[in-house]
Amino acid sequence: MNLAYRDIRHNLGRFLLTCMGLGLLLGVVLAMIGIYRGLVVDALTIARAPAIDLWVVEANTRGPFAEASRIPGDIREAVARIADVTAAGSVTYQTVEAEHQGSKLRLYVIGYELTRPGGPPEIAEGREITRSRYEMVADRSSGLTLGERIRLGRRTFTVVGLTRHQVNSGGDPAVYITLADAQKLQFELAPPAARVQLARGTSGASLNTVNAVVARLHPSASPDATAATIQRWKHLAAITQEDQEAILSRSLVDRARRQIGLFTSLLLVVSAVIIALIIYTMTMEKLKQIATLKLIGAPDRTIIGMIVQQAMALGSIGFTIGTALIVGVKDYFPRRVILEPDNVAVLGLVVFVVCLLSSGLGVRAALRVDPATALGG
Amino acid sequence: MQLKRISKHFGEGEARVDALREVSLEVFPRQVVALLGPSGSGKTTLLNVIGCILDPSAGSMELDGDLVLRDGEWQRSNLRRLRLDKIGFIFQFHNLLPFLDATDNVAIVQQLAGADAATARKRASALLDDLEVGHRKHAMPAKLSGGEAQRVAIARALANSPRIILADEPTAALDSKRAGIVMDLLRKLAVEHDATIVAVTHDEKIFDRFDRLFHLRDGRLVDG
Ligand SMILES: Nc1ncnc2c1ncn2[C@@H]1O[C@H](COP(=O)(O)OP(=O)(O)OP(=O)(O)O)[C@@H](O)[C@H]1O
Ligand SMILES: [Mg+2]
Repeated sequence: MNLAYRDIRHNLGRFLLTCMGLGLLLGVVLAMIGIYRGLVVDALTIARAPAIDLWVVEANTRGPFAEASRIPGDIREAVARIADVTAAGSVTYQTVEAEHQGSKLRLYVIGYELTRPGGPPEIAEGREITRSRYEMVADRSSGLTLGERIRLGRRTFTVVGLTRHQVNSGGDPAVYITLADAQKLQFELAPPAARVQLARGTSGASLNTVNAVVARLHPSASPDATAATIQRWKHLAAITQEDQEAILSRSLVDRARRQIGLFTSLLLVVSAVIIALIIYTMTMEKLKQIATLKLIGAPDRTIIGMIVQQAMALGSIGFTIGTALIVGVKDYFPRRVILEPDNVAVLGLVVFVVCLLSSGLGVRAALRVDPATALGG
Repeated sequence: MQLKRISKHFGEGEARVDALREVSLEVFPRQVVALLGPSGSGKTTLLNVIGCILDPSAGSMELDGDLVLRDGEWQRSNLRRLRLDKIGFIFQFHNLLPFLDATDNVAIVQQLAGADAATARKRASALLDDLEVGHRKHAMPAKLSGGEAQRVAIARALANSPRIILADEPTAALDSKRAGIVMDLLRKLAVEHDATIVAVTHDEKIFDRFDRLFHLRDGRLVDG
């Protein structure tokens, strides 16, 4: 006769409610872990998308994400000529607010050269940009759909393809347009301003400006050595992909990451305390019954078994509910929530250990109970 | 069952309480005896010593022909097992496990002693029939009346055919009619099971149902 099971069955409603509560709590913990992972992954997505080895940016900057960087467009040809560079492409990055279905839509606009590195990774739906003007590949998270037309600056673009999960470190969905379109959007002055500049005799910023040149290297080449070569050109800086990722995950989202990380740890501690309290009070409520069991001659093993099994049942059912819950709702979050199996497994292990430790507390109290307390009088 | 000069004190120095002072008594199988005395006189303490759940400070004790305590030292290492096999407890409040039905409350003590589930349930069921609560076999304790619960508790105390049954105010929760029924039942059981029954009681109405009355006062036996 399994006493743990019989006791749970006797108070089934209450036990399940407790499991539900614990499940919700663990769901929140998992969501926070997922949000944390999502933040880190999102921060790297844009930098990883073009699958390149080297970023050439303005001298003394750590651009183009952490700092602004502007370099002349013709640098790309110079970079492409360097030994070990197999391909190079000019890219621009800028944030634009567009009108979409009556509200403002923040987009992270990426301009790239159609046949060169810097374009979107996999297209999930539709096709890549084929015409040099007014076509756009947008991320699904923007809410844009295939064939939809949207105005950026003074021009209207047609969505021809959709990507998945392409957002910048702030969570703004990415859209890709051709470099020429992007340069117009970023550097072309409005006609009245242009007339003023013309009247002054200044030509304004050159349209052929880009934010960075990205380069793919020969597999056997050393990115660091090539970066060093480029650095020697004084007016440029070169950042390897590895360093770029480090900049993105350390400096750019560092505060947000630490904030969420700290909150997640706090939440974990709180959950551990709550689990421990639930299990401890669960045992304390049963002390009289435990005294009775001892008095009628139940061995310690029976009593320990009962407490530990109930704690484990509570932990595992609560954890299952929490995981199911978060798997069910994670795609409805405004930003990406990434649940990696090993994170889930680690949390499961933490819950297991906490349950075990707190049932240890309960067991200690139970074993101390004097069987005489079961006798009235 | 024989007790020789059993003493028990709690605390030391100023706080010392002598709950039992050199209590000696002898009770034979099939006897039903009562422990009487004012509150705080040591009745529960004595019952707990006989039930091997409280260590006495001094004295010797023989249960069912076994010397289990000698000069204040237990002679058995596994008192739990001794309790399981030889002693049945009946509580003032029935103390049935609330999550087991009547049958399982009785069956569990047999299973703890090593009986298989089917045998235990069968015997439990027979005991409940004997005690005339057979019709409530599958009821949970919360659904039993006070008298029914007390009889289930008695069935549980009998389940392992103990040689000694200890009862702390077994009839306190019952009206006088039912108290009389329970006492008659205990007397009958003492004979049928060849057991000794020691009951603590305050209930004067049932004094005539006992073979002997032991009066305790300030931890001392005043007359036998
Ligand atoms: N665990 C304990 N620690 C300290 N003193 C105790 C303890 N248990 C009992 N006593 C003391 O021992 C004395 C005898 O207590 P006991 O419980 O045996 O009395 P009783 O005769 O059963 O009383 P009642 O009729 O009220 O149940 C009392 O003075 C009590 O305060
Ligand atoms: Mg008492």
